[in-house]
Amino acid sequence: MSIFDFFRPRGQPSATAAKERLQILLAHERSTAAAPDYLPKLQREIIDLVTKYVQVADDKISVHYANAGSVSTLEVNVELPVMEPAAPMRRSFG
Amino acid sequence: MAKVIVMTSGKGGVGKTTTAAAFGAGLAMRGHRTVVIDFDVGLRNLDLIMGCERRVVFDFINVINGDARLNQALIRDKRIGELCILPTSQTRDKDALTKEGVERVLEELKADFDYIICDSPAGIERGALMALYWADEAVIVTNPEVSSVRDSDRILGVLQSRSKRAEEGAEPVKEHLLLTRYDAERVERGEMLKVDDVLEILAIPLLGIIPESQSVLKASNLGQPVIFDEVSPAGQAYADAVGRFLGHSIEHRFTRPERRGLFQRLLRRTA
Ligand SMILES: Nc1ncnc2c1ncn2[C@@H]1O[C@H](COP(=O)(O)OP(=O)(O)O)[C@@H](O)[C@H]1O
Ligand SMILES: [Mg+2]
Repeated sequence: MSIFDFFRPRGQPSATAAKERLQILLAHERSTAAAPDYLPKLQREIIDLVTKYVQVADDKISVHYANAGSVSTLEVNVELPVMEPAAPMRRSFG
Repeated sequence: MAKVIVMTSGKGGVGKTTTAAAFGAGLAMRGHRTVVIDFDVGLRNLDLIMGCERRVVFDFINVINGDARLNQALIRDKRIGELCILPTSQTRDKDALTKEGVERVLEELKADFDYIICDSPAGIERGALMALYWADEAVIVTNPEVSSVRDSDRILGVLQSRSKRAEEGAEPVKEHLLLTRYDAERVERGEMLKVDDVLEILAIPLLGIIPESQSVLKASNLGQPVIFDEVSPAGQAYADAVGRFLGHSIEHRFTRPERRGLFQRLLRRTA
């Protein structure tokens, strides 16, 4: 057994691995490559805006751009901190 | 109407300059007035590959800066009258290529030539962007190897977003895939991506397959574009590719390992 077999699971030719890796990588890169130039600044400002209202760490906010053909989407995810349970409300109907 | 063609790849060392020289000579041999411009500022090499390095007096940057006239910098090929070379400079100044300057030179060249071939430097920096900005057509020079394919994909994205045609919303730059340094024997052994794999991934029309060939090194040693070597597989493959570029339908060759006899194999070893 050659040491190179270690790099070739299931004994597939290395060219097949090359093709598979490229397909996965490029699918990802193509979806992000077309990002507009203003994106980094927009991301920064969204983060600043959110933190103005909610106390969250930068890494709890993700601004993700994706491009699929004719449609581009901007996905903003904010993981809000766990809220203190509000005091139970008592209503009295006098 | 003159056509601007860029030889580009993202990755370095894949065969852009070899291709620019071959296409320049090939188009000129067929009677088209052709000029090849070296955009690789700081790493002048096209002159060497085309065998006119000792005739360089003025260069592209001198013309851009107004230190020389265009016809003082153009070198007419001694073998084919229709072929000219515009060498680049050895300056390390990255800003030597200005958009206005390059545009002015291209406009002037368009009056006298049918084809303007831009030999791009590697990367996606200024030089590479300048080389592709005015392109009508692009030859994406790619090796059957992961990093080259990835970089070609990247440069296709740049062509589609940052070329003049893209910026102005004109008809997109026409893309051609040229697969070079193709080793059919390694492909057959499953060690190298095959033509169909690369085509499937990059999804642009195939202009040609240039086999890995010893004649390329020999040609560069001599300063003769490899297309002049009409018996070599690479020379023939480039001639086919130029024919296809001009609209002829020519079948692809050199995709299968050549079946060499023992005698030929011995001969090759001693060559
Ligand atoms: N088809 C081929 N067969 C063998 N060697 C090649 C082939 N094409 C290019 N080369 C070699 O690859 C190297 C890089 O080629 P070059 O044209 O200078 O690439 P680039 O301009 O993309 O950097 C050179 O040494 C050249 O001789
Ligand atoms: Mg080069």
